[in-house]
Amino acid sequence: MPMLVVAAAMFAYAPVMIAHADYESSMGLVSKILYFHAPSGMVMLLSAMVCGIASAIYLWRQDRRADRVAIAAAELTALFGLIVIVTGPLWARKAWGIWWDWEARLTMSFVGWLIALSYLFVRKYAGAGSEKMAAALAVFGSFNVPFIYVSVNVWRTLHPKTTVVPTLPPGMRGPFWYCALTLFLLYLLLLTARVHLERQRAALDDLYLAQGD
Amino acid sequence: MFFRVALLVLRKDFTIEVKSREILYTTLLFAISCVLVFSIAFVREGEPLEDAAAGILWIAIEFAGTLALGRAFERERYGETLRALLLAPVPRAAIYVGKMLGILVLLFVAELLLVPLVAILFRASLFAQPALLAALLAFGTVGFAAVGVLFAAMLVRARSRDVMLPILLYPMTIPVMIAGVRATVALLQSPPDTPTVTMWISILGAFDVVFVTLSLWTFEPVMTE
Amino acid sequence: MIRRSLMAISTFALTAVLTAASVLAFQPPAGQSEFVPARDLPPSESIPAAPLLVTAYAFIWVAAIFYLWTIWRRLNKVEADIRSLDQKTRSAR
Repeated sequence: MPMLVVAAAMFAYAPVMIAHADYESSMGLVSKILYFHAPSGMVMLLSAMVCGIASAIYLWRQDRRADRVAIAAAELTALFGLIVIVTGPLWARKAWGIWWDWEARLTMSFVGWLIALSYLFVRKYAGAGSEKMAAALAVFGSFNVPFIYVSVNVWRTLHPKTTVVPTLPPGMRGPFWYCALTLFLLYLLLLTARVHLERQRAALDDLYLAQGD
Repeated sequence: MFFRVALLVLRKDFTIEVKSREILYTTLLFAISCVLVFSIAFVREGEPLEDAAAGILWIAIEFAGTLALGRAFERERYGETLRALLLAPVPRAAIYVGKMLGILVLLFVAELLLVPLVAILFRASLFAQPALLAALLAFGTVGFAAVGVLFAAMLVRARSRDVMLPILLYPMTIPVMIAGVRATVALLQSPPDTPTVTMWISILGAFDVVFVTLSLWTFEPVMTE
Repeated sequence: MIRRSLMAISTFALTAVLTAASVLAFQPPAGQSEFVPARDLPPSESIPAAPLLVTAYAFIWVAAIFYLWTIWRRLNKVEADIRSLDQKTRSAR
């Protein structure tokens, strides 16, 4: 059932992406990557915060549902982080002439992505009690998020500042926020699907335990 | 009460270590070999690369620190003393502070050896401003140890813990490393770029506050079974 | 509990003040706050933009669909296990 909802949302999402690409913008063709790079970045940071908060709830209240949300959010942080890390350099190659630069925001975003990967790694390979260890990791990782957001305003570097988004010209504002909304919806639906998977896994474990009686 | 417990844990570790000095010697020797390998690897026309000194110093601290953390908690696991510590009716955070102080002392001793070694091998004028250097190393090591002790303690019961500690620790301590290296680079300029150094030291201080606070908070729930 | 919260708040205040002070003390020259496009580049200096844009867009699709497929796959496995376990318990009764 949740999968059908996801599929429907995906189909609604596709024409939007194609349509906005035809909107007038004065920035040149490659800057249209903005429409999915920046929202993907926003979703990645949001996901990292969700993971951190869910992990904190799991650590302090032992709520298994929070743990399910945490691992789903971690996987999505890795996914959207990958999107950001791929679309960014593709834009940078044309806009700045280089694929990558070790400046504050890029480095810390990459570190945030690595932390999400190490979360998944711990969950998979650390054996018993790995949920708590990964949760501690996620709490630390979530403190990275405000730093990533602010870093580009503090250190003058190649990456555009956060003031760019609120001051977008009207022709670009519409498509930008539309894309942000659709990516956010995509995030919500992927999160729901993934949490559903975790719930089913928990149900399976309960069945196994019940069978042991 | 809190600090008494922390100091007790520190004294326990110290007493055990003084008998065999195993972790101390192995960590020191590892740090020295690390720096030697780097000085041989980073060579240009037969001369060591002088600009590499800052990075190599901090890499050596990080590698030696990871090793020391692993060994220190391996000893706890082997003696099954961690469970005894956790069963004691003392605040868990005090245990964390005690272990962190132990690792700090160990790393400071290692740095006492590493700094002159790097200064000599890479002809780096590290001692131009000893007070700033000491502050820099202190703040940086605290930041590294704060996260390191938390992760090493929580990994004690994990599978593949030896490889897991670097995988978890290195990304998390990248901000500390960056700040440390940038400050050391500024320190090695002639004349030393003091405003930049103090800026990075205060950033390190901010990291330390965040990391220690987070670790103190999460140590208790993470170590509960 | 209140003491801990007070400690936490003062810790974060201290962090904020330390970071802000150090950062304000070292202000680099002001950057641009708006996106200013580079105009009038001679064609020889530009890389074709279209393949980059298309690659980026295609990558998002591929990544999202791949992730959905992995969820689908894992979900099918878990549901198959649940079904077989249900059958076993039912036949065992």
